[in-house]
Amino acid sequence: MRLLITAVAGLALAVSVKGVPAQVDDAAILSADNPALLSSFGFFNGRAGRPSAALLPYDLRTPLFTDYAEKQRYLYLPDGKTYSVAPDGRIVFPQGSALIKSFGYHDASGRLNIIETRLLLHRAEGWVALPYIWKADGSDAELKVGGARKPVEFTKPDGTKLAISYAVPNKNQCKQCHSTKDSVMPVGPVWHNLSFADAKSRAAFEQRGDMSATGRAFEAKWDDAKTGTLEARALAYLRVNCGHCHKPTGSASNSGLFYDDHERNSAALGIGKRPVAAGRGSGNFDFVIEPGHPERSILIYRMKSTDPGIAMPELGRSTTHDEGIALLEAWIKALPAS
Amino acid sequence: MRVSTGFLATRPDEALGKSLRILQTCQMRMRDKGFRVIAAVGLAFAGTAAFAKTITVAAGDDAQSRLQEALISAAPGDIVELGAGRFKLTDGLSLDVAKVTVKGQGSGQSILDFTGQLGAGEGLLVTSDDVVLRDFAVENTKGDGIKSKGADRIVYYQIRVEWTGGPKETNGAYGIYPVESQDVLVDSVLVRGASDAGIYVGQSRNIVVRNSVALENVAGIEIENSYDADVHDNLATRNTGGILVFDLPNLLQMGGKNVRIFENVVVDNSTPNFAPKGNIVANVPTGTGVMVMANRNVHVFDNMLGQNGTTNIMVVGYRYPHEDPKYDPIAKGVAIWGNQHDKAGWDPKFPGSQQIAQALGGSLPPIFWDGAGGDAAKPVIADPVPALSLGLADLKASPESAQPVMLQNSTNLPQELPRIRLPESMEAVVR
Repeated sequence: MRLLITAVAGLALAVSVKGVPAQVDDAAILSADNPALLSSFGFFNGRAGRPSAALLPYDLRTPLFTDYAEKQRYLYLPDGKTYSVAPDGRIVFPQGSALIKSFGYHDASGRLNIIETRLLLHRAEGWVALPYIWKADGSDAELKVGGARKPVEFTKPDGTKLAISYAVPNKNQCKQCHSTKDSVMPVGPVWHNLSFADAKSRAAFEQRGDMSATGRAFEAKWDDAKTGTLEARALAYLRVNCGHCHKPTGSASNSGLFYDDHERNSAALGIGKRPVAAGRGSGNFDFVIEPGHPERSILIYRMKSTDPGIAMPELGRSTTHDEGIALLEAWIKALPAS
Repeated sequence: MRVSTGFLATRPDEALGKSLRILQTCQMRMRDKGFRVIAAVGLAFAGTAAFAKTITVAAGDDAQSRLQEALISAAPGDIVELGAGRFKLTDGLSLDVAKVTVKGQGSGQSILDFTGQLGAGEGLLVTSDDVVLRDFAVENTKGDGIKSKGADRIVYYQIRVEWTGGPKETNGAYGIYPVESQDVLVDSVLVRGASDAGIYVGQSRNIVVRNSVALENVAGIEIENSYDADVHDNLATRNTGGILVFDLPNLLQMGGKNVRIFENVVVDNSTPNFAPKGNIVANVPTGTGVMVMANRNVHVFDNMLGQNGTTNIMVVGYRYPHEDPKYDPIAKGVAIWGNQHDKAGWDPKFPGSQQIAQALGGSLPPIFWDGAGGDAAKPVIADPVPALSLGLADLKASPESAQPVMLQNSTNLPQELPRIRLPESMEAVVR
């Protein structure tokens, strides 16, 4: 009998860890104090792979490349609150919202090891970006405002095995990519770039928002020729991978090179534009993009480099994105010479 | 003039000796106003505000995360104080808190060493206002040395940024790099080895660069797409070009104007251009003293210029194709007076220049203008030395088609530009 009770108690404990939804702590999101442990927010049930039922998972049709890391994205909205979608597709989140993004790699056995979880918290004073690094035992993640580097081994889509020094950004670097006019802003959630793993996730997400301003328009998916022209896919890739800094209100504003919101001015896109502050990033080439000549275009040269003095994007890239480079090479090759 | 060289990482006799010898042989007399070239770097500055907290960071293990966390946790008014020694860093550092002072024990003592840098486009990035950077060094960054963007009222004081292997194409682009900022003070710094510009101020307003040394960079000091700058009491030597004032198209801020270049020593800018091609400075001819391109109201006066193989002062238009209707490629309102010229122009290094030199008896005069914009844009030159126009009024004409004519000196100088005044809080830092 005693044995049975113990067994039942054990079962109950197991169920409670796995099944009882974690209670998201709205006060922790809104408080100016940054908790040392990720568990303080209640976003996860003990492990990165067990999100709270209160989180709404989403994906991106064209994601930002980060050293081939797997990403898991979630939105948290406070109870009863909704988001809206601006006419340009930007999603406007209410105060108390959180965007939660975990980064990891599959190991040889196919298991996904989450390294870090980055938070964007919408507080009264605006958005705040915080990087949390998971402990080796995966039980919780610790705030590391100074960032870190972690050795990572993984296999690229083409089968090549790689060992890299994966960079967890520091708090300021979060802002470097997430800044608009010196404020932290979300980058990814643009309505026409959202995708979902299944109909249930989509329904759960859509149920919490008002997207009447945009309807269900979709942007070309960078790696799916059925979804758009070569140009449309190239511009989608550039917007997502470059446009967060390369915009008039972003970190790379002084370059005069802009990839946000499908800029159509050819000089601002880099076509026939000479570099401004490229240094050895120029690769001895004259133009950011030379139509017909990807091999002489600075944009491609910088994407192909992993040298910190040359590589673009400047952050989150210790390896090259071969498939993205191939897309942009094909686009530049097809551009008519002026 | 006393030039203190004790803060160079490499052998100072090698690095500056030649320039000093040239200076001595120039036999130019200092003006009464006095050149204060090179401040005494290494003077301890002890004053700290009573309310400020000091966060001390020592060199040693895990310097990257300890220093970065200090820069993040600092509150406005705080001082982040670097200990003596070598901080071995693997990533770029950044500061985004206003009113913070980052202070070392001297530019020879506290050294941020980026030789092993793995990521980020610069060594230190500052994105907040009212920041003071002083008394430390940044060495061997993979990209730029120290960049400050949208950082108003920034002060760089007694800082050294150096690529210790000397001029190399593989060095980072800019040493000290304030951009898109209002009120910039660069005082008593030394930059050596930048593959673009040692001290580069871009798309900014109200700027003072003074008492500094730019040595063995492609461009020593460059003011680009900026408004209202004083560049004075600096030594620019052994660069490819000493001091550049440029305006470029297709940028958010254009129409660079109101720049005074005065009381500088700009000598022996002889390092062969080592900028990666494609960059605008890769086209600066080796042996250029002061170069003005496509700016308005640039006054070059009371400088000592000499031993610059192409020319001491060059005024040109932006001679590249561009499609920017808002951009004016012509240099206008340039005035040149009171400068002392030593030997120049014996080995000019732009296309067609050797032929022009031959036609003129072997060398270019110490001042020339490309003629861009025609008579309406002609610089006013009061220096009593020969000056030349290449007669290339049309920006599309190549230097080979030059029709050189000598320019008449003029005493009809424009009204002097007002002195740049910085907020008192900035001047107080260096007083």
